[in-house]
Amino acid sequence: MGRKEDNIKLAKDIMHMPDFIRNIGIAAHIDHGKTTFSDNLIAGAGMMSEELAGKQCLLDYDEQEQARGITINAASASMVHTFDGKNYLINLIDTPGHVDFGGDVTRAMRAVDGAIVLSCAVEGVMPQTETVLRQAIKEKVKPVLFINKVDRLINELKVTPEQMQQRFMKIIAEVNRFIRKMAPKEYVDKWQVNVLDGSVAFGSAYHNWGISVPYMKKTGITFKDITDYCNANDQKALAKRAPIHQVVLDMVIHHLPNPAVAQKYRIPNIWHGDLASEQAKHMMNCDEKAPLALMVTKIILDPHAGEVAFGRVYSGAITRGQEVYISGATGKSRVQQVAVMVGADRVPVEEVVAGNIAAVTGLREAIAGSTVLASPDMEPFEKISHYSDPVVTVAIEAKHMADLPKLVEVLRSVAKADPSIQVEINQETGEHLMSGMGELHLEITQYRIEKEHNVPIKASTPIVVYRETVNGMSPEPFEGKSPNKHNRFYITAEPLDEKIMNAIHEGEFPSDVKKHKDDAMRKLVELGMEKDVAKGVVDIKGTNLFLDVTKGIQYLFETRELIKEAFAEVMKRGPRANEPVQGTLFKLHDAKLHEDAVHRGPAQVIPAVRNALYGCMTTAGPVLLEPLQKVVVSVPQDIMGNVTREMQQRRGNILDMTVEGDMTSIESKAPVGEMFGFSGAIRSATGGRCLWSTENIGFEMLPPEFQEKITREIRERKGLKPEPYTADYYSG
Amino acid sequence: MGELIFVGLGLYDERDITLKGLDEIRSSDRVFAEFYTAHLSGSSIGRLEELFGKKITALDRAGVEQMEEELLAAAENGKVAFITAGDSMTATTHVDLRMRAHERGIITKVVHGVSIATAAAGLLGLQSYKFGRATTLVFPEKNYFPISPYDVIRSNLAQGLHTLVLLDIRADEGRYMTASEGAKIIMRMAEETGDGGVDGKTVACGIARAGSGSPMIVAGPLSEIAKTDFGPPLHCLVIPGKMHFMEEGALRVLCGMR
Repeated sequence: MGRKEDNIKLAKDIMHMPDFIRNIGIAAHIDHGKTTFSDNLIAGAGMMSEELAGKQCLLDYDEQEQARGITINAASASMVHTFDGKNYLINLIDTPGHVDFGGDVTRAMRAVDGAIVLSCAVEGVMPQTETVLRQAIKEKVKPVLFINKVDRLINELKVTPEQMQQRFMKIIAEVNRFIRKMAPKEYVDKWQVNVLDGSVAFGSAYHNWGISVPYMKKTGITFKDITDYCNANDQKALAKRAPIHQVVLDMVIHHLPNPAVAQKYRIPNIWHGDLASEQAKHMMNCDEKAPLALMVTKIILDPHAGEVAFGRVYSGAITRGQEVYISGATGKSRVQQVAVMVGADRVPVEEVVAGNIAAVTGLREAIAGSTVLASPDMEPFEKISHYSDPVVTVAIEAKHMADLPKLVEVLRSVAKADPSIQVEINQETGEHLMSGMGELHLEITQYRIEKEHNVPIKASTPIVVYRETVNGMSPEPFEGKSPNKHNRFYITAEPLDEKIMNAIHEGEFPSDVKKHKDDAMRKLVELGMEKDVAKGVVDIKGTNLFLDVTKGIQYLFETRELIKEAFAEVMKRGPRANEPVQGTLFKLHDAKLHEDAVHRGPAQVIPAVRNALYGCMTTAGPVLLEPLQKVVVSVPQDIMGNVTREMQQRRGNILDMTVEGDMTSIESKAPVGEMFGFSGAIRSATGGRCLWSTENIGFEMLPPEFQEKITREIRERKGLKPEPYTADYYSG
Repeated sequence: MGELIFVGLGLYDERDITLKGLDEIRSSDRVFAEFYTAHLSGSSIGRLEELFGKKITALDRAGVEQMEEELLAAAENGKVAFITAGDSMTATTHVDLRMRAHERGIITKVVHGVSIATAAAGLLGLQSYKFGRATTLVFPEKNYFPISPYDVIRSNLAQGLHTLVLLDIRADEGRYMTASEGAKIIMRMAEETGDGGVDGKTVACGIARAGSGSPMIVAGPLSEIAKTDFGPPLHCLVIPGKMHFMEEGALRVLCGMR
């Protein structure tokens, strides 16, 4: 075990040499062997005993992750690797492969500069791998490719060396096509992966071997050798000649950028401050002597240390005992402990400097996505946009009255640790709402509340989260009046252009429109909006846009913040069923205001604007949208019919079917609301002989025949009048 | 045919009402009151009810729409008195209610009360001819801190006109802005605007409890008004513009200006 201690010492030295650091993540589909893969890298690099790797899941340190066989938390581990006679420090951030946890993936990607895309040699590139890769590329994270489970190709599918190469080519071409489609223009060519230059490797994570073309040249190993080793059932020998960590970490060091290089082009992407400022220069140069700027990517709840914040230091250093400022929080926080990670161990250090990943305690107010700064005057990072929105809610109650206060505490910290969980605390009824990415996501979280926090709970059956939008345009500006009738606002609603909506969803707009109005305006013009209209941008809430197209109305600017308050409120609860509004464009056409400030205060303006917003949505044809999932089921051909039948019963649409050997992969699309209990149903329909995965793919209009019924159901559940209000109600 | 009478109760207590107003209220079937934007600080609903011999239905800010509907319905079938502090058609105007009553065929009448708009000038000895636009300072809130009242003061001053500055009343929350708070807010606005037009030396007048037997009136620099304790509500401020010698004399003799 001496090697581990040596490596910690080495790591502390290399930390100060950005050229010798790599921060990487792994993009993979569930069951494609990511955990085994990362454990073998860590073990190979001497960070844990080699016998344990592949058997004990080091990064899966949640008991329940091991039980379910999927990685939920993105923890991190540091490794030391020697390449060309020099020592390198590699910080590996583990990322979840299950896209129900998409928020985690995005945050992890923000902390890394490069990603290993893990693909299965048998199944090829799966939709979830694509989703993760898309998020990586969006964050300007450079990819390399590892094709896993090659042994299965040889031992189970009995392919010849030639067929094996063909398969690889097909997977590589697919990945490259995807990179070509998604990557920023200037990187389309640079980021293509290539067998010859070694940005592609392949092997078996389980059997601990990996190989690449440069490594083959160096060692003289051929494709035929590999086939022979596998056929002879002697992969151990192969692992000795071509250890996976050697090949993969060589690839990482050679092909993925170091922080000093990466921060130059990544900072403008993830930070929207003034690029000519000192702070920008410090971060782009990865300057460890500059003031601290750290982005928190994850909070983990440790039974002993409490909340541990993981984050990437972009400039300066985070030091034990240092006083820091957390974006969005008031006042200062004091750093208690600073550590680097080695598997599940946090190794305390004095400081962690720019370009590295730090584990920090004492930042009580930090949440995933917070920026930690040396001074309150520094500009925080752009908020991490949620790639996926919560689609399912459960109501949660404590089983025992005595646990009531504790449950509130636990729910708050659960939401802090996993920002894709949204919690609505209701102190009065004690029935709290918890929303997440899917049925499984919520089940796991409930399990944690009970097992890790020891609060027995009762949970309702899951409820679908719908959305509201309009499918037409308000025939004329809707007049909303203030209670004193002296103020009037005239607003229209219409569907927001899809390009703009997607750009908002992908986080391409500044989160503070007021502060970065020019950026928001420029982006709107880029997306095809006329400049004259775009310059009226007031606010963005959800994926909804509010524009002021009035001219020269006296005092209007004094009501701006109040207008925004009303806008935020309505976007959270639409007129049809009090569900969140999405994809709607609102235009303020006119406003009539009282001369005196006391008669146009919050109590007047907020209701007036709210009435106008609700009213104009009501006249523009308000509709409900339902969340959909892409469902991919791999099943033996003879029982394929059972799967299609199951999907059709769930209002599913079969999109595609592909045959691979004797397995058929059925891709379909189905409403989340119809997918509850799918896990059990598909198991019994196929006798357990299937592999399946789901992915949230956004919202579509609920079929007309369901609109009224579902509206009524939601309203009754929420204790509202069963019918939505008519426009008259809002014009009074 | 129904009838709706708007009665201004005047400035301070139940004895500021006009005899005509009292007659109208006593002969009404129902009495509604709006006291959340301004009220009689020297009186109470109980004392008014005793004087009128009638029950008063007070509108609250939250339920105002529903209650106005109830009020109009009552006025369609009988005689309703709607009472407010000051004059019903001056600072907070209820002309909207009057118009809606008209549209429903209800006969309306106004019985005036004394308004702070004339009383302030009268107490200070300033000439009502020389007042510009009036304005109200509102309690600063996170999302609402309008600077426009300052612009009103500035533009009046530029024209040599006086400004009546009313102070926010949240009767329903028990909050009344004091003259000294108002003076501080004006100085803060002046600082934020940074135009140098108004500062701590600018002359201002503070008035408290106008209409009572012992109103308090102080004229002096804003910085001093900001430090003065004016006692119980209601308060208001006046920022004098260019003064006639008679006005200057009145501020010195009547309001203690040095």
